Amino acid sequence: MIRVEGLSRSFGAVRAVDGVAFEAGDGRITGLLGPNGAGKSTTLRVLYTVLRPDSGTASIDGVDVVGDPLATRRCIGVLPHGANIYPQLTARENIAYFGRLHGLEGAALDERVESLVGELDIGGYANRRAKGYSQGERIKVALARALVHAPKNLLLDEPTNGLDVMATRALRALILRLRAAGHCILFSSHVMQEVAALCDDIVIVDKGRVVAAGTPGALKAQFKSETLEDAFVAAIGDARGLE
Amino acid sequence: MISTLRIVMQKELRESLRDRRTLVNSLLIGPVVAPLFFILILKLALARSVSTEDESAPVTVVNALAAPNFVQQLRERGLEVSLREGSEADIRRWIGDQKDLVVLYVPPAFGERFTEGKPAAVQMYADGSNSEAGKHGARVRQAIAGYSALVGSLRLQARGVSPTIVQPVVIDDIDVSTPSARATLMLGMLSYVILLATLMGGLHLAIDATAGERERGSLESLLTLPVVREHLIYGKIAATTVMMLVSLALVATSVSFSLKALPLETFGMTANFGPGVVWRVFLAVAPFALVAASILTVVASFTRTYKEAQSWLGLVLIVPTVPIAIASVLDIAPRATLMLVPSLSQHLLIQGLMRGEPLPVAWALLATVSCLVLGLALAWLAGRLYRREAILG
Repeated sequence: MIRVEGLSRSFGAVRAVDGVAFEAGDGRITGLLGPNGAGKSTTLRVLYTVLRPDSGTASIDGVDVVGDPLATRRCIGVLPHGANIYPQLTARENIAYFGRLHGLEGAALDERVESLVGELDIGGYANRRAKGYSQGERIKVALARALVHAPKNLLLDEPTNGLDVMATRALRALILRLRAAGHCILFSSHVMQEVAALCDDIVIVDKGRVVAAGTPGALKAQFKSETLEDAFVAAIGDARGLE
Repeated sequence: MISTLRIVMQKELRESLRDRRTLVNSLLIGPVVAPLFFILILKLALARSVSTEDESAPVTVVNALAAPNFVQQLRERGLEVSLREGSEADIRRWIGDQKDLVVLYVPPAFGERFTEGKPAAVQMYADGSNSEAGKHGARVRQAIAGYSALVGSLRLQARGVSPTIVQPVVIDDIDVSTPSARATLMLGMLSYVILLATLMGGLHLAIDATAGERERGSLESLLTLPVVREHLIYGKIAATTVMMLVSLALVATSVSFSLKALPLETFGMTANFGPGVVWRVFLAVAPFALVAASILTVVASFTRTYKEAQSWLGLVLIVPTVPIAIASVLDIAPRATLMLVPSLSQHLLIQGLMRGEPLPVAWALLATVSCLVLGLALAWLAGRLYRREAILG
């Protein structure tokens, strides 16, 4: 469960995030949708505690993100934008390294790594060094790494960037499985179809502000649009960012 | 904190050890090949100077019949005399064919002038632009001067004059340096080779773990883990330090072995670099590894890419030479206060160990403590830098 209220963050004179507020519930997939530079990544970065907000509050499972970043990080799994893995380590070692830093060790760690390798279908290349992996293989390992401590909440920043059709489908299937398991999934994307295909709730952001939020149905009704795409265009005032 | 540090350190070391290019650069070229190369050059230089002192020089004498005693004296003074006949034009042609040839021409009037007690001239032909001919010429000149001085004093004695009267001033060379100290002067560069190889050992890891990790895009994920950021960077510094210590052990051993190949004894020198000294050099330089690892990490933290870090760290490698260079130029004698300057203290300790001089234990302690204090301060600074949001670039 993620709650964001009045979140603002500037970089110099640029207000990247300007009073963003939304909620992402458990067992639901929430999409942050907006054109490039809308403030999606900054919002996520504040949530996964690498940036501090100028004002506003955010909490994850009731833990204040700003007040207790360590506790926050324990209950989130993160796939940052353009996340990469260690090229000289194998997939198993990449996952185990993060597991160890989460405090897992011994048989419990081995078991967890093994189950992730199975769950994400990494087995075929799990013992090979990561330097030769395809983008899709890398993303899967990065995702397994983010899931190693079985976090309740998942923050994914443009997870399908650079993936081919098959890899994208596999990732979607995985996200749906995680939703079924009761996880709270917040992911950002600038790809309309992506969000439309997956999300239970959509938060449309533009120029650092939330311009509309709700289920796909509610958004279509609110903007009296036939399609989600029309609703998006109506919400942000033009067709920027549509692909 | 300890477990985070250990986990990060192990992972960084494992990654570095798997990268063959890193291994070759960090642990082979710096610590093993560089000293070998250095010693090889030194050996060549030594071999050249040995040969000029001991080797007999060849000389060709033309018209030797005019001065048989003189030629015999040259032979006795260690010259390889060969006899040949020809005109001046022939002599010039011979030297044209064989550049390092030195030819002595004895004029027909030599014997007559010699017997009359007048200066008897011989002509020495040699190619002044040829360094070998120059060396041979000097040996010939030396032999003739020796013979000339001997005959001169015999003549004075025959006239009842003491030969010492023509030597108003004489020079006695008294070299007070011990054999080891002389070698150390020449091998003074070695302490820098050791310090540099130590630095090089950790260079790649320091860059890869900071600027490299950021450039590859794995840093942000790492920072979302429930660990204190400073502990991550301390682990990286620890890994760099370990690589530097391995490199230091290798370079000290390699120097010890390569020195055995030097003909130092020919010069009455000994280089004190046995196993006992290797061990002490390791202990003396080890604390410096922490300073070096922390400096490299701090500098690499400011840079955005591997390339940028590399160019900055190239400059950082010069920093430890500055105190050493200043101390050598000003010819500063080792003393306790200098032990507070990292790199200079290591240089002086290595020099002292190689000279076989007794070093005060307090000096080693001062050097160690000052390095540890500075190293920990820099590590703390690196930790502070990692707290900044800007670290994500």
